[in-house]
Parts: sequence; C-alpha cells; structure tokens
Amino acid sequence: MNEKTLVNEEQHFEDMIAEESICTTENLVYEKPETLLDTPMHYCPGCGHGVAHRLIAEVISELGIQEETIGVAPVGCSVFAYNYLNIDMSEAAHGRASAVATAIKRVLPEKYVFSYQGDGDLAAIGTGETIHTCNRGENLLIIFINNGIYGMTGGQMAPTTLPGMKSTTSPFGRDTTTMGSPLKITELIAQLPGVYYCTRTAVNSPANVRRAKKAIQKGFEYQKLKKGLSFVEIVSNCPSNWKMTPLEANKWMEDQMFSFYPLGDLKVPNDKEK
Amino acid sequence: MAKVKGDIVIDIEKCKGCELCIAACPQDSLELSRKLNTKGYQYMVRIEDNCTGCTNCALVCPEGIIKVYRQTTKKKEPVATISNLTGDITVTVNS
Repeated sequence: MNEKTLVNEEQHFEDMIAEESICTTENLVYEKPETLLDTPMHYCPGCGHGVAHRLIAEVISELGIQEETIGVAPVGCSVFAYNYLNIDMSEAAHGRASAVATAIKRVLPEKYVFSYQGDGDLAAIGTGETIHTCNRGENLLIIFINNGIYGMTGGQMAPTTLPGMKSTTSPFGRDTTTMGSPLKITELIAQLPGVYYCTRTAVNSPANVRRAKKAIQKGFEYQKLKKGLSFVEIVSNCPSNWKMTPLEANKWMEDQMFSFYPLGDLKVPNDKEK
Repeated sequence: MAKVKGDIVIDIEKCKGCELCIAACPQDSLELSRKLNTKGYQYMVRIEDNCTGCTNCALVCPEGIIKVYRQTTKKKEPVATISNLTGDITVTVNS
C-alpha cells in the first residue's frame, strides 16, 4: 500500500514537472521573427505600423531572402522603419519612395525591392510618382498603410480622410463640396496595365493579420516572376490622432473605414498566365 | 476533445498596454497590470490558467513581444517493429 502510494506520488510529481516546463524550444509556436530587431518601436500604443513591420519581417524570414531584400522607408510616422528591420534600407524624399525603389530595382534587378509608404506620402505628395511607377509596371512591391490622416505632423486632413471625419485642418468634419472626396488610390491604380497584383487588407483582427501576411508574401513571390508591380494596401488605425483608445479605433475602423475601403483583392493574376 | 495547454511569455518592459491582445484573446485570460513598467505603461499579465496557445494575442501585438508556447503531444516510441511483410514476418523488440 505504502509502496503504491509512493509510486503514484512520484508519477504525479513527474507530471507536474512536465506541466511546468511548457516553455521550451520544441513547444515554441510563435516568436518575433529574426528580421525584426529588438529596438523598442517609437509608435504610439496600438498603432498598426508595428504589426505591418512584423509581417514584412516574418515574410522575409520565412522566404529566406533577408540578404537579398532592399526596402525604401518613406517620410511619415514610419520614417524610422530602417531602425526596426534588419535588412538593407534606404530613405526617400517625401513621396518619392516608389521612384527611389525603381532606381534600386533597375540597378540591382536580382534583389527584392519594396517600398513602405503611408497615405500622406503615397496618395498626397507622391501621387505622380506612384501612378507612373505602377503604369510602367516596375517589378516592385509597394506596401501602402492607409489610416486616413497625417499622423506624424499632428493629425491634419489627408486625401484619404473619410467624409465628415474630423481632423485638425477639418475641425467640422471633411466637407466634400470644398475639400473633395477621399482618394481611392488603390482602385485607381488597379486599372493600370502594369499592375500585376493589387489587394486591400487590414491588421485589426487575427484573421485579417493572417490575410495581410499572405498578401505580402504573394507580393514578394510575384516579384520574382517579373510580371509587374504588386500593390498591398493595409488599412490601419491612428488612435492618437483619431482621439480614441486603440480598441475604439479598431471598432471605428471596422464600422466606418471598411464600408468606404472594402477589403479584398482588386486585381489578381490570371491563372492561365502562370 | 482533449484540452490543449499553452503558455505565453510577455516582455513587460516593451509592453505599451494598448489592450489589443485582451480583445483578441478567446479565453479572456489577459488583463492590464496594476503596476507600471519603467516606461510608465501598464503592462499585460496573464491571470487565468486556460491558455490554449492559439497565437491570437501575438498576431495582433504591435510590438511583437509575445512568445507563444503550445504543448506538443508526446510521440509514443514503438515497442516493436515488424519488418519484411511480404515474406517471413520478423519481429524486432526495441530495448
């Protein structure tokens, strides 16, 4: 009797040790990718830029192209993107990231080149560069973060600001009669023949984060086929300048922004061409 | 259905307390701490022991500071192997 009890206790003790040691390398299912550096990010709490950076780093790590990738950072909140991604990066003048990326790709055609731009950078001051880069069909990946406001400069109205949305330069809401309607740049460039793949994703929920990662991965894979430009729009939030908590900002984004900027593929490659 | 056991490790010094992982957790096992970290933010703590290792919190975390572990089912090592199935059956006992 005593012996049996002793054996059971030993077994129980072994089970307890096994339960406590879940945190081992073999049980690890998710970790920050190696391409993302340990530097603490300067973004506000809840900002979508952090998720977007991590997704790019994950894709680069999984494809094993860390040494063959060159990124172009924009002007805006993500101006310090080169501090967080452990790849070769360049900084471009405001709005000219796609033009700089074109030059890099033409000089080094075997490298993977992407530009990471916000809505004030890509859709306002860099509209001309963006549209012509897309029209020429350069073999690039453009990642476009759309949060409907100028974040870094303090919440001014951007071309993508929704009608009726308040910002520091539209304090009574965006009036479409005087300020125009929001610019749907992704729909605009999806019509261009040089664009091979064009999609709109978001980073507000785990399901959307997974979809966004797949879209970025497709962008890098299509770049190798040399068929044209891949354009991935990521609808993001700006809790600080929308004057909301991160949870409220995500809720507002689902209610208001997704009806104006519907998620999904706008242009997918024809299967017969593959 | 057997319950999957998981665990998370949060780097609390980098946490900014945005609460996005609280909303994403299907088990409601996360909460804001009462203490502050050195940056002055409240950080996330796991209060319930019901984590399943679904990685939802890590996917929505803007800082990428959550490591997720999930207990893998132990593979039972074969006691004996049967070889040469077409002809004579030989049984080898693993010691």
